[in-house]
Amino acid sequence: MTSVDGPVLPKLIGERVKRREDPRLIQGQATYVDDIKLPGMLHLAFKRSDIAHGVIKSIDTSAAAAIEGVELVITGADLAEHLGPMPLGTPFPAPDHVSVATDKVRYVGEPVAVVVAEDRYIARDAADAVEVEYDELPAVVDPEAAMEAGSATIHEGFERNIAVESYWGGTGVNPETAQPEDDSAVDAAFAEADVVVSQRMMNQRLAPNAMEPRGVVAHYEPGREYLTVWSATQNPHILRTLVAAMMGLGEHQVRAVAPEVGGGFGCKINIYGEEYTAAALSRLVKAPVKWIEDRTEAFLTTTHGRDLLGYIDLAAKSDGTITGLKARIIADIGAYEVLLTAMIPTLTGLMMNGVYRLPVVRHELTEVFTNKTPTDAYRGAGRPEGLYFLERAVDMVARELDMDPAEVRRKNFVPADEFPFATQGGLVYDSGNYEPCLDKALEVADWQGMLAERDAARAEGRIVGVGLSFYVEVCGLGPSAVVPTGGWEHSGVTVERGGKVTATTGASPHGQGNETTFAQMLADHFSIPFEDITILHGDTGVVKQGIGTFGSRSQAVGGAALISAAGKAGDKMKQFAAAMMTDQEVSPEDLVFEDGRIQVEGAPEVSKTFAEVADFAYVPVPLPAGMEPGVSEESFFEPENNTYPFGCHISMVEVDRETGETKLLKLIAVDDCGNVINPLIVEGQVHGGLAQGIGQAMFEEVVYDEDGQPVTASFMDYVMPRAADLPVFELDRTVTPTPINPLGAKGVGEAGTIGSTPCVINAAVDALAPFGVTHIEMPLRPERMWRLINEGGQS
Amino acid sequence: MIPTAFEYRRAGSVAEALSLLQEGGPEAKLLAGGHSLIPMMKQRLAEPGLLIDIGGLDELRGIQETDGEIAIGAAMTHAEIAASDLLREQAPIVAETAAAIGDAQVRNRGTIGGSLAHADPGADLPAVMVALDATIALLGPNGERKVQAEDFFQDILTVDLGEDEIVTGVCFQACRSAAYAKLEQRASKFALVGVAAALTLDGGTCSSARVAVTGASSHPQRLSGVEGALAGASLPDGAASASAGAGDALDFVNEDLHGSEEYRRAMTAVFARRAIEAAAGRG
Repeated sequence: MTSVDGPVLPKLIGERVKRREDPRLIQGQATYVDDIKLPGMLHLAFKRSDIAHGVIKSIDTSAAAAIEGVELVITGADLAEHLGPMPLGTPFPAPDHVSVATDKVRYVGEPVAVVVAEDRYIARDAADAVEVEYDELPAVVDPEAAMEAGSATIHEGFERNIAVESYWGGTGVNPETAQPEDDSAVDAAFAEADVVVSQRMMNQRLAPNAMEPRGVVAHYEPGREYLTVWSATQNPHILRTLVAAMMGLGEHQVRAVAPEVGGGFGCKINIYGEEYTAAALSRLVKAPVKWIEDRTEAFLTTTHGRDLLGYIDLAAKSDGTITGLKARIIADIGAYEVLLTAMIPTLTGLMMNGVYRLPVVRHELTEVFTNKTPTDAYRGAGRPEGLYFLERAVDMVARELDMDPAEVRRKNFVPADEFPFATQGGLVYDSGNYEPCLDKALEVADWQGMLAERDAARAEGRIVGVGLSFYVEVCGLGPSAVVPTGGWEHSGVTVERGGKVTATTGASPHGQGNETTFAQMLADHFSIPFEDITILHGDTGVVKQGIGTFGSRSQAVGGAALISAAGKAGDKMKQFAAAMMTDQEVSPEDLVFEDGRIQVEGAPEVSKTFAEVADFAYVPVPLPAGMEPGVSEESFFEPENNTYPFGCHISMVEVDRETGETKLLKLIAVDDCGNVINPLIVEGQVHGGLAQGIGQAMFEEVVYDEDGQPVTASFMDYVMPRAADLPVFELDRTVTPTPINPLGAKGVGEAGTIGSTPCVINAAVDALAPFGVTHIEMPLRPERMWRLINEGGQS
Repeated sequence: MIPTAFEYRRAGSVAEALSLLQEGGPEAKLLAGGHSLIPMMKQRLAEPGLLIDIGGLDELRGIQETDGEIAIGAAMTHAEIAASDLLREQAPIVAETAAAIGDAQVRNRGTIGGSLAHADPGADLPAVMVALDATIALLGPNGERKVQAEDFFQDILTVDLGEDEIVTGVCFQACRSAAYAKLEQRASKFALVGVAAALTLDGGTCSSARVAVTGASSHPQRLSGVEGALAGASLPDGAASASAGAGDALDFVNEDLHGSEEYRRAMTAVFARRAIEAAAGRG
């Protein structure tokens, strides 16, 4: 082979490339919503309800309006003339929900009036000066009590506060009727079982606590009849669609921008009342307006996650074969349904098949209104709840039968040769190979060694336990059939003059590192330097179309769209290159990208540089027959199914006998998310997910008192996991690619929260098993553990 | 998270701070590290009209030992106290307690004077000062006043400090055989229960002891039953029996999400024993 000058470019896919986003983020050079400052910009503050449930008797805005620097004070009733009820993304029945309450308040923190003022301080002073009188109603706090006759009703037309009731079971799902089928098989399975475990379990309410709170800047330009909205959102294109609809505008009149977004975890999927209000008020006062959520508001008004109560029964034979599952789930969804509220708990039942062959399933779900902050997606969104219920129950079966929890799981795995595998819930798992993943986790953890270590510690009088969980989850949301906004993703790839590449993605990141992984993919695709590629996102004025980032879909759907667009752009580059080499009679099909050149495969001397070809594309003289100038291609990728990553987590905990404090000694996570573009980023996603999953198991809980007042509305009382609370995680992986997209990548953003929570609780129950403890509710509060040590039983 | 409007003045001297305090009257608040006051202002639980910053005043700084008496200036940060070789050597309980306060940001900003004057029921240092029988030095328009720590802390967030007075420092006798042990409230890192024990040891025997608990009650309480049981006890073996039931004698015990009254009483005994054992271990 003849050598040519120029660098040899290493392949980047699969390499631990450092995140190109991080330098600007950690040096304070990034632009968040609060960094947006426009001439003449005014500031919003919301007057919020300080009671959980009541009828608004009167609102006196006169004192607030009299404060110097106040432009406007508007009540919910007056704002309702400019804004209708907010749109939802689910097909379930829902009560009207307006951005600012008009007649009744239903949770502490619900807005009742809005102030527009010259600065944030005046706005806040004026909001405090708004006087509201209420007729208080009894607060509905307990979801089971909420369904009883005699409970106060939160929404007219929703008797017993029930929002959604669904039932499926027996021998399969009937999505057409959603009616009980002949499910005598479930009863038969339980009647014939050798062992049945039954447990009431709480999957407690959590606050997402993104480091950057929510925020919005809205700028309506009357002269152009054009609205620009900057928002800390996970999905600017959905924001554009919904804000346009609420404002009576077309999508062509709205530009939505998600600048740098400091974490979302699902709570920034929903489009909130504050976003619609800002847009409407900008048009009303004819000036740009800004609202930045403070931390107290974040606790009170940003959607919460989880809050599912499960009554779980699992039947098995004496050899550990699981023969049936019954799950009755009550979801406390808070005061309103917002964008995806009602859908999230339905994922819990769908995913409760886990990694097992379950012959029969009966699943009942009731979603209940209470006087609390609305719930919506929170990292894992339905799957952590379902897998927690299931993996706790499987552990209880193992304990009941005195079997190794790893072996009970192995016995019930869906075998590798049964994929694609249709579950009882109607899902089709794309690919899976569970046993090697279990074996690898047992090996990495030294499971037998851990058991011996636990037993030795117990002999010394220490309280030590080990736990294991095996999860499967669902990633790569779509397809469009199940996502109301559409389940595709969009990407554009433009080869610029000089051979540089600009690509856009509708998968708007807020910590996922798409700028790095997507550039790695394009660098390999075109064989050009990583530095020559820019990935743009988050601006509907730049990114033509998109859905957004949620459901661990960036790589599996967004990455697939990118590669598809890159393929089209690459084809055109090859056509231009071939046209430049007509004297050598080169056909585009013969050409490949190699080290910054477009060359005949195996013959680098027959080549043009990538940059030369790009320059020619923009001054194509003569223009090759049948071609247009330039190289700018786009692609929509519609996945035919979801992807189903899986993994095994193992942990060890020690409990202080005197105080009940629990320390996590070890956590081993072996995850299988299919093909990996960047192991460093995947591990970072797993680390963050583990911290949040462990946070649920050990630390976090949103608590309300009996009057519906939040007790944990600051970091003084809401316990966040901190680095010092966590051990050094031991990570490994197996790789089972998905056939659903050309990358073979499944998604990994939420995996850590799904496996770790049951894993840690299983370890804690194991630790306290010698005291007769069979279940422990989350989080592992020291006092709760202390009582169990001293009193035994269940918490 | 948005405070009401206030005026900010940086005092050039303690004397100037005192005169600003008089000028400002009830509207004025002293600011040192600000790690208790500023969060309260942001939540509008405190709305002072005037903040007088005394954080950087040289007169309020320093850690000295004179004839066995150690003096700490009010504006010394927890981080500085934790890092003090003098304290680590001669009163390790103070350095170790400062090192266990909050997190690094809190320790870098928060001051000993601020912690004592604010008197959060879960603050760590007040119990230590009571156990060490420290004297708190106050300066007002009529000159200096000295108050024993035990008398200084009166109730929840309430201390013997006039609106026109400034805490200038604390002093106490050097004491090696003293230790502090706490159960953290996991969110705030304040003490759910924290016990400070200062022992006078004669070989392995305790001749006298001062033991105080914070977090359990409205303000630091001496555990006189434990102190009595320690007199003449041989340590560390006698620590368990001396501290058994330590929490039962408390009149008022806090109760919240993080710990019931029963739990706090039980933990008072546990952490009394741990503090006594650690103090005895320092010989």
